[in-house]
Amino acid sequence: MGKTLFEKVWDAHVVAQDEGAPAVLYIDAHLIHEVTSPQAFAMLRERGLKVRRPDKTFATMDHAIPTRNVDIELWPSDAATQVRTLRQNCKDFGITLWDVDGPVQGIVHVVGPEMGITQPGMTIVCGDSHTSTHGAFGALAFGIGTSEVAHVLATQCLLQKKPKTMAITVDGELGKGVTAKDIILAIIAKNGAGGGAGYVFEYRGSAIRKLSMASRMTICNMSIEGGARAGMIAPDETTFEYVKGRPYAPKGEEWERAVAYWRTLVTDEDAVFDRELKLDAGELQPMVTYGTNPGQGVPITGRIPYPEELEDPAERRSLISALEYMGLKPGQPMEGQPVDIVFIGSCTNSRIEDLREAAAIVKGKKIADHVWGIVVPGSKSVKAQAEAEGLDRIFIEAGFEWRGAGCSMCLAMNEDKAGAGKYVASTSNRNFQGRQGPGARSLLMSPIMAAAAAVKGRVVDVREMLN
Amino acid sequence: MQPFTTLTSTAAPLRMENVDTDQIIPAQYLTAVTKEGMGKGLFSWIRYNPDGTPKPDFVLNKPEYQGAQILIAGRNFGSGSSREHAVWALTDYGFRCVISPGFADIFYNNSLKNGLLPIVLPEEVVNLLWDLVEEEPKTLLHIDLRSQTVTLPDGQQHSFAIDPFRKLCLLEGVDDLGYLLSKEEAIAAYEARPRWA
Ligand code: SF4
Repeated sequence: MGKTLFEKVWDAHVVAQDEGAPAVLYIDAHLIHEVTSPQAFAMLRERGLKVRRPDKTFATMDHAIPTRNVDIELWPSDAATQVRTLRQNCKDFGITLWDVDGPVQGIVHVVGPEMGITQPGMTIVCGDSHTSTHGAFGALAFGIGTSEVAHVLATQCLLQKKPKTMAITVDGELGKGVTAKDIILAIIAKNGAGGGAGYVFEYRGSAIRKLSMASRMTICNMSIEGGARAGMIAPDETTFEYVKGRPYAPKGEEWERAVAYWRTLVTDEDAVFDRELKLDAGELQPMVTYGTNPGQGVPITGRIPYPEELEDPAERRSLISALEYMGLKPGQPMEGQPVDIVFIGSCTNSRIEDLREAAAIVKGKKIADHVWGIVVPGSKSVKAQAEAEGLDRIFIEAGFEWRGAGCSMCLAMNEDKAGAGKYVASTSNRNFQGRQGPGARSLLMSPIMAAAAAVKGRVVDVREMLN
Repeated sequence: MQPFTTLTSTAAPLRMENVDTDQIIPAQYLTAVTKEGMGKGLFSWIRYNPDGTPKPDFVLNKPEYQGAQILIAGRNFGSGSSREHAVWALTDYGFRCVISPGFADIFYNNSLKNGLLPIVLPEEVVNLLWDLVEEEPKTLLHIDLRSQTVTLPDGQQHSFAIDPFRKLCLLEGVDDLGYLLSKEEAIAAYEARPRWA
């Protein structure tokens, strides 16, 4: 029997497998950041261990850092301590650090691929659940806890139980105004926020093949919101084109050998998945979430369900408490819902392609008077590219704030927070209670939908603005 | 890591589904560079009012659930962020076991690495336990990891599954690191292989 893409990558990384024990899995690249690493380094120090492969470990700063132009040293916050701690740890253990004050820095899942660290067939981990993003390259990439960060630092390996596989096939043509974000929000709405627990997703089908790497990353990024620790897309010419020439990509003859190997990383015809899910791209519409888990989303032309319509008592309870928190009503259409804040950013949607699409919507327009809009590029390099293309001017002239690279209002660890009760049209990935600030109410959507919401001051169907 | 063998304790019912790790420990508590004291931030949004006073309706603020070492939660517990801080907050607060119809993968793994036993029981059983401990908060549940059972005061028993390797680690209070370090030779051999095989 043939193998799935996941099985090929998994099998190639099993270092040892004792009877009755999980596999010892080798990790090719380990990304770290300021928030989930300090305690891991403390564990190493406690046991007197070194970092086994500093050359396979890369650090950046993204979660806690400010995105305004401020000197971190003058920043009166615990975040400054985390930044200093990471600097010290990288220095002590010989790890490459993309520091806030250097030329390369940004959200770990934007910077890794940009630098060419992320390559097909690799195993990649990070103490961050959105490590699933890197699966867009045909890598097996997943988030780990801080204890596991320590394990990888010390041994470059993890003990892992083999997950199950689920094929998610999206065939057909996406309609105008329907994006990768809508595909993944539709998948999660269909399969549930916990529906992928224990599985690795493989996204396949003609609609997936046509997507850019940025779009593929958007989809794989939110695998975790669907409950799957990892999501993968088989590498193809689009992938190779993206990786080629990046700083850490293989070069010359090495490149040829790499591509020849990468071409074998597809699911065999006769391979069997544990589960399958199919979607027709042509039926998808722009999506927006109304609740407090990412599965609670509807097409823009849809409405919020009534609790009575849900069979399952747990789902019903979830819906009622979500709507109470969100201040929304059962049966209410999402179109027309006023918004107070628009956040364009996060590892889901802060790449140059996302910013270009959003800028095209707001170009020559003004955001609504009552709306506070911020655009936070995913990395310094995205920021520089956007500025070279004049996208910053478009956003600023429309009334947005143009920030430095980081996670920002995606998780509200710094001062970029939404106030209690505020509605945020957000391109990020989590609409959890309080995620974007205590009491803040997130409406997840695509960058073009968020841009349209900024201009109109309410949730609208972006397709009406695309002519 | 503290070993886990048996536990007899009262249990706190958290009748909520999809409790994500942002709810368990909000991002504002993640700026710490150590693990200590995370229990303060546990469930802080639902546990405290904005002025810091406890919300009397929240289960952990009710006098009858003080000292409970078992938390009974709804499905998809621990979803979202990979922050191990969520587990540290639970253990620092005093929980040693969480029972749910289902856990998010990363949270489940993180729990095992910190001696917090995650027990998956069918939804009907969780519903029954909720009713039971809401009706009688003094109800003692007895958990035996060796026999993989949860026993109610009337003798009713529910068994749960756990990976044998993970079970052994919990029983002995050892984490993965020692095991991984013992594989040094295999790791070195793996690293010596050509990259594009
Ligand atoms: S942008 Fe948001 S989801 Fe992505 S790594 Fe940062 S905090 Fe996590």
